[in-house]
Amino acid sequence: MTMKLAESSVAQYPVEFLLNAYERMQLIRQFEERVKLLFLEGAMPGTIHQSQGQEGCAVGVCMALEADDLLTSTHRPHGHALAKGLTPDEMMIELFGKGTGCCKGKGGSMHIGNIDKGMVPAIAIVGGGIPLAAGMALAIKMQKGSQVVACFFGEGATNEGAFHEGVNLASIWSLPVVFVCENNLYGASTSIDKVSKVKRVSDRAAAYSIRGETVDGNDILAVYEATKRAADECRRGEGPVLLELLTYRRTGHSRRDPCHYQPKDEQEYWFSRDPIAMLRGALVDELESELDAIDMRVDRVIESAVETAKLAPEPTIDDLTTDVYASEIAS
Amino acid sequence: MKRQSIAEALRDAITEEMERDEKVFCMGEDIGVPGGFGGAFTVTLGLEQKFPDRVLDTPISELGFFGAAVGAAIMGMRPIADVQYSDFLFLAMDQIVNNAAKLRYMSGGTLSVPVVFRAPVGATGRGSQHAQNMERYFIGVPGLRVVAPSNAYDAKGLLKSAVRSDDPVLIFEHKLLYGSKGARAESGAIDGSSDIPDEDYTVPLGKANVLRSGQHVTILAWLLMAHEALNAARALAEQGIEVEVIDVRSLSPIDWTTIAESVSKTGLAVIVEEGPKTGGVGAELSAGLMEHCGESLTAPVVRVASADVPVPFAPVLENAYRPDAARIVQAIRSVVV
Repeated sequence: MTMKLAESSVAQYPVEFLLNAYERMQLIRQFEERVKLLFLEGAMPGTIHQSQGQEGCAVGVCMALEADDLLTSTHRPHGHALAKGLTPDEMMIELFGKGTGCCKGKGGSMHIGNIDKGMVPAIAIVGGGIPLAAGMALAIKMQKGSQVVACFFGEGATNEGAFHEGVNLASIWSLPVVFVCENNLYGASTSIDKVSKVKRVSDRAAAYSIRGETVDGNDILAVYEATKRAADECRRGEGPVLLELLTYRRTGHSRRDPCHYQPKDEQEYWFSRDPIAMLRGALVDELESELDAIDMRVDRVIESAVETAKLAPEPTIDDLTTDVYASEIAS
Repeated sequence: MKRQSIAEALRDAITEEMERDEKVFCMGEDIGVPGGFGGAFTVTLGLEQKFPDRVLDTPISELGFFGAAVGAAIMGMRPIADVQYSDFLFLAMDQIVNNAAKLRYMSGGTLSVPVVFRAPVGATGRGSQHAQNMERYFIGVPGLRVVAPSNAYDAKGLLKSAVRSDDPVLIFEHKLLYGSKGARAESGAIDGSSDIPDEDYTVPLGKANVLRSGQHVTILAWLLMAHEALNAARALAEQGIEVEVIDVRSLSPIDWTTIAESVSKTGLAVIVEEGPKTGGVGAELSAGLMEHCGESLTAPVVRVASADVPVPFAPVLENAYRPDAARIVQAIRSVVV
């Protein structure tokens, strides 16, 4: 039995907004599913950390951001990137390690990003993006800008020193950072209960005298609203804010992980609360043909991205040694 | 023209760069507290009065504020972040190596990280954890530039180049060379002062400097050891041995053109390093000498370095740890026949 979002909350949004939210989540889901297949076929190099099940977090947060707001991500970045506006083409090409990808094939899955779209290459050291986000927000504040930085990390990162140091810096300087903790209950295979006695990640906000909030991460509208509130506070100089989004991975930590450590009843509970199915469930009576049309459109977009990526040129061997240093000293 | 210590020259360099470009700012521990120290060695003393919004005192959070410096740099600012003692760089290692040095590459060349990190090194009566020469850990980090000035002229010129560079630059400074005054003066300090021109100048990153010419043997040294090498050269000159002293100065990249030119003339190379011999910068220099001018060498490369031990506390042990002119003279006499 699949849950659906409450009709009363859905009714407060224009249909276009809801369909857009659905399409963006579906884009991530289908992108990830296709990448998984390509990976298992052996067509795609490297390793992958996927975000099926967490689409409500990525899309809910990014829909609440302005286009020029910034984002830092983690080793599990595909959803964040698509939600921030990177195209399936530039990402798929990158995942194939081709020279025309968004990082010229030098970043790959774990460092995907495009600063022109506000996304720093994903930082795959757990917690490593947190001090970075604080510094980006410091620059915004010093330049008297109005942007905010959304800093994604998992619950596992909250036991890193980088979390403590980065959040503390943002706190003492009142920086415009929305710290977005996607709590999917597991750091790789280790349950959060084993590694933290704190019941709610958002409780940790008290340690820095900032506001913390826990939200249902699979309810895209709740995520959107919480992020909007947090971003508004940041723009008013009342940041940072720590958001904890409760969610669940529908797939392994990385390649070929069968998730034997996830209890069956826990899986069933969370799978019944899939973020895409919950939104679809609330819309399907009135908008089934529109939703189906989106599914087909997304399918075509992903298919086309795969075809484009397969045909994209490999990097040349000369590319190995470029982009290490700036070519010249700026005067 | 004025005579300045390294601390004074660095302070002027920072001031001038902050005046020139409002994107330049400083962050670090105890760097701008009124009535405080001006950083551990007085380099930023008084800057907070001139630039109240651009001298940021940080928590004791080396990982945090080095990461914040990198984050600010990718947003177009030009931060100068310093640690009180270079030993603390281990705490910030992830941000320096995994983020600052790699973001340009990982982003396919779309990001620049114009950040400067400053870090004081050297064995100076503080035991093992405020004493190391950390150069060795950073010379093999692609994307990061590393410099180590031995005198005030170079310190000012290199810091200015570092601030203007679009690459991350790590500057190692030596505690005994600063010329810090008052309560922050160092016992056993060596004079690193220079005549500083009144006009703006830079010293290019990536270039070594021939401190003294000679035709019999080449010494490669940097920071404090450049001074010990000069002392040794002066002593040997009285015995008819003419030593060419090269201040390597840029540890990454290394200026092989200048070094190979010297060694092709002298045929002999002695490397002097403060820090354990094993795995030191001297090992890289030695291997590079073989690659770049090995056919010119008439005898094996000699390394003068510290013993493979942590930095000791007792003055008698610390003096034995740190190479000095006498040891350098001895090493040179072993190869110059």
